[in-house]
Amino acid sequence: MKFIKSISIVMLAAVGMSFTTAAELDLLIRNATVHTATADAVTPLKNTDVLVQSGRITAIGKNLQAPAGVRTVDAAGRAVTPGIFGGLSRVGLEEIGLERTTGDHSHRLGQMRPEFDVTMAFNPESMSLGIHRSNGVTFTVLTPGSVSGGSLVAGLGAPTSLDGTLPGSNRAMFIDIGGDANDLSGGSRAAQFMLLRQAVVEARAPNLVMVHDERLLTPSGRQVLLDYLRGAGPIVFDVDRAVDIRRTLDLIKEEKIRGVIRGGAEAWRVAKDIAAAGVPVIIDPLDNLPDSFDALGARLTNAARLRAAGVNVAFSMRSPGVYEAGKVRQAAGNAVTHGLPWHDGLAAITRIPAEIFGVADRFGSIAVGRPADLVLWSGDPLDVTSLPQLVVANGKLQSLESRHSALRDRYFERLKNGTAR
Amino acid sequence: MLNQILKHPLRLVTVVTAFTALTACATTDAGTRSVNTTKAPLASPATINATAYPSTYAPPTVAPLLIRGATILTGTGARLEETDLLIREGKIVAIGRALEAPAEAVVIDARGKWVTPGIIDVHSHLGVYASPGVDAHSDGNEATAPATPQVWAEHSIWPQDPGFEAALEAGVTTLHVLPGSANLFGGRSVTVKNVPSTTYQGMKFPDAPHGLKMACGENPKRVYGNRRTLPSTRMGNVAGWRAQWIEAQEYMREQQNYERRSAAAEKNPALRPPKRDLRLETLAGVLRGEINIQHHCYRADEMAIVLDMAKEFGYKVTAFHHATEAYKISNLLAENNVCAAVWADWWGFKMESYDAIPENMVLVDAAPGGCAIVHSDSSEGIQRLNQEAAKGMAYAERMGVAIAPEHAIKWLTSNAAKALSVDSRTGSIETGKMADVVIWSGNPFSVYALAETVLIDGVTRFERSARHATPQSDFLLGQPAAMEVLP
Repeated sequence: MKFIKSISIVMLAAVGMSFTTAAELDLLIRNATVHTATADAVTPLKNTDVLVQSGRITAIGKNLQAPAGVRTVDAAGRAVTPGIFGGLSRVGLEEIGLERTTGDHSHRLGQMRPEFDVTMAFNPESMSLGIHRSNGVTFTVLTPGSVSGGSLVAGLGAPTSLDGTLPGSNRAMFIDIGGDANDLSGGSRAAQFMLLRQAVVEARAPNLVMVHDERLLTPSGRQVLLDYLRGAGPIVFDVDRAVDIRRTLDLIKEEKIRGVIRGGAEAWRVAKDIAAAGVPVIIDPLDNLPDSFDALGARLTNAARLRAAGVNVAFSMRSPGVYEAGKVRQAAGNAVTHGLPWHDGLAAITRIPAEIFGVADRFGSIAVGRPADLVLWSGDPLDVTSLPQLVVANGKLQSLESRHSALRDRYFERLKNGTAR
Repeated sequence: MLNQILKHPLRLVTVVTAFTALTACATTDAGTRSVNTTKAPLASPATINATAYPSTYAPPTVAPLLIRGATILTGTGARLEETDLLIREGKIVAIGRALEAPAEAVVIDARGKWVTPGIIDVHSHLGVYASPGVDAHSDGNEATAPATPQVWAEHSIWPQDPGFEAALEAGVTTLHVLPGSANLFGGRSVTVKNVPSTTYQGMKFPDAPHGLKMACGENPKRVYGNRRTLPSTRMGNVAGWRAQWIEAQEYMREQQNYERRSAAAEKNPALRPPKRDLRLETLAGVLRGEINIQHHCYRADEMAIVLDMAKEFGYKVTAFHHATEAYKISNLLAENNVCAAVWADWWGFKMESYDAIPENMVLVDAAPGGCAIVHSDSSEGIQRLNQEAAKGMAYAERMGVAIAPEHAIKWLTSNAAKALSVDSRTGSIETGKMADVVIWSGNPFSVYALAETVLIDGVTRFERSARHATPQSDFLLGQPAAMEVLP
């Protein structure tokens, strides 16, 4: 066992110590390789400085001067990226997967309740937030699920910072299409489209007189669905089979919805249609097995093919498990290994998801005037060999300590003493 | 006697449950020990066939192969630069510089490439929970009783699972397929070579010992507690295990008693062999040291209980699987010579995984004598065990511990081979070993590394530059959605 004497890590830890209580961050990161992830950014900015004042990025350039009192960190050429997206997740909505009293991500009301707003369950003090922050994940989309006893219209979720604050006003609606939702639609995916169209009719004609038993939606559900049909936020369709994606695109077009495809295991097979519809796609780039009869065409080149067809691609793990939010960066690296350009791989876990969910002014790119939400990496940001050395989320410097590191430190000490028993 | 660990675990000691007037020794099964009693009163010959369901795997004969100029991670802790590797008749025959190519040899220029032993996954459910994950493919848990040591995972394996080919493309040459963890005793697990085959026998690793899958904690007590049967608690789990071991001891006593009396050639028409019992046969195999224990267990305190139970009944725990709290007892595990097969960064999916940390791997490894293994338990994870190890290395570096690639490779090769008792034959690049070898595009501990060539017993089973135009699995063959032709 060799112990590294890492000056840079020690130094950064010290910076972290001195800044954790600061309300507004002032910091000059010098001599970094800056991946801004802005729409025009294909090559990184080398030997570049980033100045953060009062939590906002005030300058990006070479040889910037640190204003008086502003702490400087020498990146020594290492990479700086925007904070990483944790995907469509249950972070703060579920503490322990199998323990129902700790899981609030999905309702089992047996009714279609588009007004179910899962953000009302978000716990910003879940231990998972600190773990993800320490690994460079600064934002996620709180996502309701469609579970047995619930509805194929899962409800509303929201993008949120993992800095411990509550979500802002942006919301998105989530709908599940396909064989895995057959139990929620009387046994047929045809009924999923039938039920959705019925719900649309109810929402668009709020004064329609119906006896109670015929209604799918509550009055507030009708209003919320109507808002989304009018563009209040994106509607995210979880759909995998190629022909189901086409039918979903038809629905999106007919109803003039801000539609998003997620899942998309076979999306590459209809990439041209998706591109023509201008609909973004959120996929798990590790999907390559025919896990179901909706995903017989799953393959590792999905992301590369979609992007080549002109589709805006973002990444999320398929599994909503809380820990999976930390794996999105690895998934992006794998997509690059299988043909996606590197800058598109980074955009898929930074700018593109921020744009899809309407928070590109806060997350997903490094630009003057934006709140600082960025990470300094030990190496290639998309490689599993790299970890953050400095994390800024929502304008605040984040500690690299977490419940995980506390457990690590306790038992590493015991191991050194030969008492881990 | 009970905890006798055989030097040659494959020389199965046959348990004779009945015998014959004829010399049962006439059986051709190698290593079968039988009882010769010409005075035996019973008519029907019946011995336990210790090599039932034999492997039919036989690699084809191919030309010798010389891999030139690679960076070789041997799996024994060494890193050899610009080194050649000669493979002949399925074996590694030479490692060195400027090796001479036999006349008929195929030569691969591997300069700039990295070569490692084939990756071994000690925890897979490929074939028993096959893709697609339809109800009909749920063949991994015989969740009808909490103790089912009589079932064998190999009898559930569907060789057409497309996951096998995906794992092959990621450098996995050997895998251990286990029953699930619903039961206290889930059944026998099996080691297979990752070769395409219509039958599982065509994949079965020749002469590799079985494992017995056991499970701690939440799963058994949840599954059976919900049915109001034992176990519904952790203490119920332990009681359930002990009751089975006690039965196994009694079974062995009856057999020994019978063998002693029949060997003494007592003229006793009433002498009957104990009835053969598949469940107890497996447990007795563990107590005789012929079957490895692969124990699913998350919490440190439960692992310590299991170690005490193993002492109580005189057997050895080969490896704890998942072992998310192994880092809390890394010294204890090392002192007991027990490996921990772990994930890199799964946590929080159940209460017993709440304290899982990504430094688990390195902390287990860092204990003097510690044995860390990276496992998958996942059809996705098995495709990137090298990346799982790389994550462990990154977290190690963050805590100030340097792990070199030549060391980390042991976590997914030689340590894994040790936990499957096949380390004398595979899991490292040494002369005489099976030529289970991967040529990587670069340092395998990177997200950008790809397995370019995968050899199993010297036979090229995957070549990235010449990927199969059609899938190996019958399931995907002729499927419109899996074809390149767009709808």
